[in-house]
Amino acid sequence: MNLDEAIRLRDPTRLPSRRDEDWRWTDLRGLLRTLPEPSQPLPTDAIGPGPFDGLAGEVLIVANGSGPEEIRIGEGETRTLVLRHISRGDGAHTSRLRIDVGPSARLTLLESHEGGGAGLSLLGVDLQLGADSACERLVVADMDPDAVAVVELDARLAAGAGLSQTLLTTGARRQRFETRVRHPGQGAQVRLDGVYVLRERRHADLTSSVRHEGPGGRTDQLARGMVDDQARAVFQGRIIVQEGADGTDARMAHNALILSDRAEVDARPELEIYADDVACAHGATVGALDDEVLFYMRQRGLPEGEARSLLVASFLGEVIDRVGSPEAAERMRSWLQARIGAGD
Amino acid sequence: MLSLRNLHARVGEREILKGLSLEVPAGEVHAVMGPNGAGKSTLSYVLTGRPGYEVTEGAAELDGVDLLGLEANERAAQGLFLSFQYPLEIPGVPALTFIRTALNAQRRARGEAEMSAPDFLKRARACAADLRMDFDMLKRPLNVGFSGGEKKRMEVLQMALLSPRFMILDETDSGLDIDALRIVSEGVNALRAPDRSMLVITHYQRLLDYIRPDRVHVLADGRIVASGGPEMALELEREGYDKYARAA
Ligand SMILES: Nc1ncnc2c1ncn2[C@@H]1O[C@H](COP(=O)(O)OP(=O)(O)OP(=O)(O)O)[C@@H](O)[C@H]1O
Ligand SMILES: [Mg+2]
Repeated sequence: MNLDEAIRLRDPTRLPSRRDEDWRWTDLRGLLRTLPEPSQPLPTDAIGPGPFDGLAGEVLIVANGSGPEEIRIGEGETRTLVLRHISRGDGAHTSRLRIDVGPSARLTLLESHEGGGAGLSLLGVDLQLGADSACERLVVADMDPDAVAVVELDARLAAGAGLSQTLLTTGARRQRFETRVRHPGQGAQVRLDGVYVLRERRHADLTSSVRHEGPGGRTDQLARGMVDDQARAVFQGRIIVQEGADGTDARMAHNALILSDRAEVDARPELEIYADDVACAHGATVGALDDEVLFYMRQRGLPEGEARSLLVASFLGEVIDRVGSPEAAERMRSWLQARIGAGD
Repeated sequence: MLSLRNLHARVGEREILKGLSLEVPAGEVHAVMGPNGAGKSTLSYVLTGRPGYEVTEGAAELDGVDLLGLEANERAAQGLFLSFQYPLEIPGVPALTFIRTALNAQRRARGEAEMSAPDFLKRARACAADLRMDFDMLKRPLNVGFSGGEKKRMEVLQMALLSPRFMILDETDSGLDIDALRIVSEGVNALRAPDRSMLVITHYQRLLDYIRPDRVHVLADGRIVASGGPEMALELEREGYDKYARAA
């Protein structure tokens, strides 16, 4: 299984399938009998506004897979990058961007995945975080309902570095966000949060693995989402605490709201611990909105749809409360609000 | 104002209201007393339109408007308010946000202009002060982690801010300490007006010392089995419901 090769060689037999343990709930092989033609180049001048427009930062565009391949943030620098992934048409494409964040540098990465394309894409970022540097990656994804997409982050932290991530997605025909982190411990900190709002027949998969390789690291993960209609969410969170990564503190929570009988949530939190003196906690809940609470709200005068939206917004909004950049957080909050209200 | 005629209602397969009739004229406060399980809370849910409470016979009107044909939120917009026996917690939604959203939803439904945030805040501060509530409590998620008595106070605060026309208080006194009972009762009395009425469900005369009812009704086995003046509450306290339970 290798998605990158599958796309490049147009070989469907290389697509990840339900037989691959980590892909059993996001089967691409069973979905695509043939691979689409390579995507046409996309001129970047006709691209409309993006979700982070107006916030200070240098804008980078990856259009149908082509865009910058490498970015360096020098030692001690503070930068905001707006990274827009735009896919149009029915083709297939891949892209890989390497970002090097120098020691003690600060990067805010405002990333969007903007729809319009029904094809297949593999979009990746390789992130190297130098000693004592920090990166906050904030992602909003509004893809075409027919898109098939995998978005990857491979992050490698040096001692004392911090990575904070918040993903917001409305899913696609089949969509996966995969985040892999190598965590050196030694004062490094990781926050991996996510929110999905899925309706109709959309699918989103939040998969992550964090490997604690040294002592004294922290990982904190909060994923929340709602599924309605016939949508399907997948959460797979794996935290590995290697031998020697003593004193690791790792917390993971996934809470889902199911708003329809035909919607589905598959969750697999996994903690593998091979070290000592480790504080690990994981909590997972999957439930519906409380009918008694809804009646109480309606008795006060709220129409049912409004009552539901208010409950969903407050439930999901707690993830946004953890975002560090206040202006981006406000954008994300209204982005989310618009998508929650939309279905009622 | 409120007119109930021969109400029959069931929850699941079980009939709980069995031909209940009651008239509450405008401006009056009526108390409803009765043994546990008689159907008092059921009556309050039937009137406010809780799903699962099915009316099989009879009529319920508020100023001539058929309540039974309306959604729960439409009934609220008509001015019907229930102070819950067991108020619910709303995680993540600050009390102020919740009440303002509810108030404006009601106003929209009635074709009135929404209340601005500053106007609302001013009123909320005044109401909280009247009920001796710490204003910071209104910034917390509604009822989450509140004590039983605090929740009841919050019910009355919501009632004051929503200024309904017809109020049902389902055991609002239970869980309140002696001082709180007085303060909350004063808050309720402040809402008495010629164009407003109340149904006060309680087990104790104590509350009725503060909120003087015009009439007292005994609800037993799904029906009003006796009605009288305020003195009837005293008699019930002395003698209990024995004779009514037998009559019912
Ligand atoms: N959801 C339900 N399913 C089945 N039975 C119910 C349900 N709700 C209420 N009942 C029953 O209906 C009857 C009336 O209950 P209700 O809560 O109205 O009593 P009440 O008069 O308010 O009592 P209390 O004084 O204890 O508050 C009780 O026997 C109760 O068990
Ligand atoms: Mg009751």
